[in-house]
Amino acid sequence: MNRDDRKPRKPPGISRRSFIKGAGVVAAAAGLVRVRPAAADEKTLPAGVVEKLGPEATTIELNINGKPATLEIEPRVTLLSALREHLGLTGTKLVCDRGACGACTVHLDGKPVTSCMVLAIDARGRQITTIEGLGTPSNMHPVQAAFVETDALQCGFCTPGMVMSVAAALERNPAATTDEIKHATAGNICRCGTYPDVFAAAFRAVKPGPAGSARSVRAAKDA
Amino acid sequence: MSRRVTLNLGFQGNTRDVTVVIPDDEPTPWQWGERLSVVGKPTPRVDGPLKATGAAHYTYDIELPGMLYGAILRSPRPHARIRNIDLSAAEHLDGVRAVLALEDREIRFAGQEVAAVAAISSDLAADALKLIKVDYEKMPFVVDMDRAMADFAPRVFGSGSNVGRTSTSSVGNVARGLEVAANTIEAAYTTAVQTHVCLETHGAVASFNAARDQLTVWCSTQGVFSVRDDLAVYFSLPPDNVRVVCEFLGGGFGSKFGATPEMIVAARLAGATGVPVKVMLPRGDEHRSTGNRPNSEQKVKLGVDRDGKLTAIDLVQRGSGGIGGGAGSAGPFKSIYRCANIRTEERNIYTNAGPASPMRAPGWPQGCFALELAMDEMARKAGIDRLEFRRRNSDNPVRAAEYEIGARAFGWAEKNSSPKSSGAFKRGVGVASAEWHAVGVPGPEAQVIAHRDGAVEVRVGTQDIGTGTRTILAIVAAEELGLPVDRVKSEIGDTRFLFSVPSGGSLSAPSNTPAVRQAAAHLKDKLFRIAAPILGAEPDDLEASDGFIRVRTNPSRSLAFADVCKRIPGDSISAQGERVANYEGFRTDQAGCQFAEVEVDTETGIVRVTHVVAVHDAGRIIDPLMARSQVNGGILMGIGFALFENRRMDPMLGIMVNPTMDDYKLLGSLDVPRIDVTFFEVANGITNTGVMGLGEVAHVASAAAVACAVYDAIGVPVRSLPITPDRVLAALGRA
Repeated sequence: MNRDDRKPRKPPGISRRSFIKGAGVVAAAAGLVRVRPAAADEKTLPAGVVEKLGPEATTIELNINGKPATLEIEPRVTLLSALREHLGLTGTKLVCDRGACGACTVHLDGKPVTSCMVLAIDARGRQITTIEGLGTPSNMHPVQAAFVETDALQCGFCTPGMVMSVAAALERNPAATTDEIKHATAGNICRCGTYPDVFAAAFRAVKPGPAGSARSVRAAKDA
Repeated sequence: MSRRVTLNLGFQGNTRDVTVVIPDDEPTPWQWGERLSVVGKPTPRVDGPLKATGAAHYTYDIELPGMLYGAILRSPRPHARIRNIDLSAAEHLDGVRAVLALEDREIRFAGQEVAAVAAISSDLAADALKLIKVDYEKMPFVVDMDRAMADFAPRVFGSGSNVGRTSTSSVGNVARGLEVAANTIEAAYTTAVQTHVCLETHGAVASFNAARDQLTVWCSTQGVFSVRDDLAVYFSLPPDNVRVVCEFLGGGFGSKFGATPEMIVAARLAGATGVPVKVMLPRGDEHRSTGNRPNSEQKVKLGVDRDGKLTAIDLVQRGSGGIGGGAGSAGPFKSIYRCANIRTEERNIYTNAGPASPMRAPGWPQGCFALELAMDEMARKAGIDRLEFRRRNSDNPVRAAEYEIGARAFGWAEKNSSPKSSGAFKRGVGVASAEWHAVGVPGPEAQVIAHRDGAVEVRVGTQDIGTGTRTILAIVAAEELGLPVDRVKSEIGDTRFLFSVPSGGSLSAPSNTPAVRQAAAHLKDKLFRIAAPILGAEPDDLEASDGFIRVRTNPSRSLAFADVCKRIPGDSISAQGERVANYEGFRTDQAGCQFAEVEVDTETGIVRVTHVVAVHDAGRIIDPLMARSQVNGGILMGIGFALFENRRMDPMLGIMVNPTMDDYKLLGSLDVPRIDVTFFEVANGITNTGVMGLGEVAHVASAAAVACAVYDAIGVPVRSLPITPDRVLAALGRA
């Protein structure tokens, strides 16, 4: 008996996300009871106090791309749905619906997360950055501009998530090697096969500079 | 009305003159050595900024006022008859606006559409599906191809056999070819079912205006016009009363032709509710129900004479496209290598699984894998170098040149003779040949418009599957009008524009660019007629280049293009062009070859592809930047097919067990090898642009080259795709 056989089998069709948000009608009726985590910066509730939410829609405030937004949503709504269906920020895509493909990647306090796996209510008090917050067609972020220049996009559906993963990796380490970029995008699936150009875009996004600069350090590390 | 022109066509070191008759208003096809200004130069795609910033609007992103969300209930059973559907509980759920039972009462695969709802949110629509009660009468089913062929197997289609029509072809006498051969081999090869995994699932937003009898559908499609025609027939509407729009498309790979069930469901729900309805499929449904590349079992026999020339190629093949067809894989056997005796036999087996649909070079990656691995087994037995063996059996001068270019770029001579082993890791190399025939078809029409401010617009009813259609069309118009590409804007993806063909079969670039070039030439003539009196010349004496319209014999007499546009009476001036029939040209086939290097961990069985070299002919390359992206994509999808992808069915439950993007294994960033792409330019003269499609030919040989490299590395052929670690270990006798 190998290790895999001992793992509990999950029934087909139940994703981790449908588990966290509860299964459909039943969850809508039951609502959510949770303990507010100590780290959360929420004015209405002190840390450790039990918070009852739902099943009906509740009013929450999110900080998105540097601006506050007030939403009325059921507690089961994911951050991804909140962005897309409630705020019209459709740049972030739903693809696998279970945190396996990275198309819905946004930054939470600067860290890349798959927004299909985060409930909107859990993003309260945190800085949310979406692809729209990174740059616009007329004023692109260097990573976005590099994606266009190296043709790191084909159908373009994985692109927003891919850009967010690369931007976060370069934010963490502006001298990231190609190997580090490969790891940073290991959770982003592209069916068109843009990966080689994504790596090239990451390299290009770091502004050229003199010896000792981030770019020359990267070039030396890659060599 | 027409004229004869003599064209110099071919490739470096191999050109000839071909005389063709072309319509008078058709630009002379570009020839070998033609000097062009923007065609062939790398141009970043014009819609890149929209895609990189999330501003590109896909069907999935469309939100209309008052729009409802639709969802489809699918059968969990692989074969059943529906006795009864109770919709009442779903109808009474707050927020639900329409519920409908679909007409088909016999279910033939797990995932078939049963009922649909429209509700005020996607979560509520999903809730409502759970309240629909379906009474299924279970029927016996079969999802395994071998079992489906057994005498007493459950029948997928009532009384009909599960074994479909046999398709055969024969040239010469294969039995005789095998008899006279100095060496023969015989082996069976299998490939798994691959699903398309378009990142944007199938889906549509439909809006029905009852007062005008007008249906508008925004959908994720490879063919706005083919969807329009299907919907017009389905809803008995004149085609003019159906408008189909697809501004951006998140992948298709062959699975998004025509009106698919979710489009019809969206339109019916929109009709029932009087408001727009959006239906986007969940990921699991996309895997199960929207198409796949059929599996295959291919029994191959080859014979060669003492000179290493093939004397016989024999293929007996079967494959299952579930309840659909199209499982054949004989294409490569019939045309890549020359042989006097070739026989192929293909059989489609029906099973209770989702229907196949075309997928990137349908049949060819499967066939190429079996043929090329068999070629390597034959070469080893006959003691011939594998590349030399292919050279001897190919009479295509383009491919012969490509073999040399590829072998040099890859370092074939050194790598093929270097030792395979460094401890547990063994390295190997392989080469495989590709072929396709992407010359395009007549039919598309294009409109090119010049506005008074000097801006130019191209309008064609095509769509961009990700190949960069907008950019390609803008480049061709800019070339003809002597403008920089950024002065031209392409509008596509709408049946309100002139007709075009679906983006599949590598048709888009070779079918659309000639229509655009002709339209731009017609527009140029009109602008010349405006400019001629000002320049004191005849229109025939003018030329357009570098943003100016000039007198050819005296280039200092010129007007800026934008200044000519200022003299346009009214707001704009436009011209149309049509895609005429193909000319005789140089060659209608396109050759390619790919070299792969792999590293096999003989302790774990894990295969890693480390380097791929691809050499391809795509006629004239419009934009090398985007062309290279196409080839990268073809190779990487091929590596996924070779090593990872496998739709698995549970034989006891009849359902797909891995309908996700983690259990269905896809290639990721850590699996990407170094890739070097070389384009072998051929002036083919088949159309006025000589462009050929690239999407499919770049995918044909990729899996085959990897499989051949694995064989070279471990000395044993792994004859089944995907080449998973357990199969490698089994081949090594270590399982």
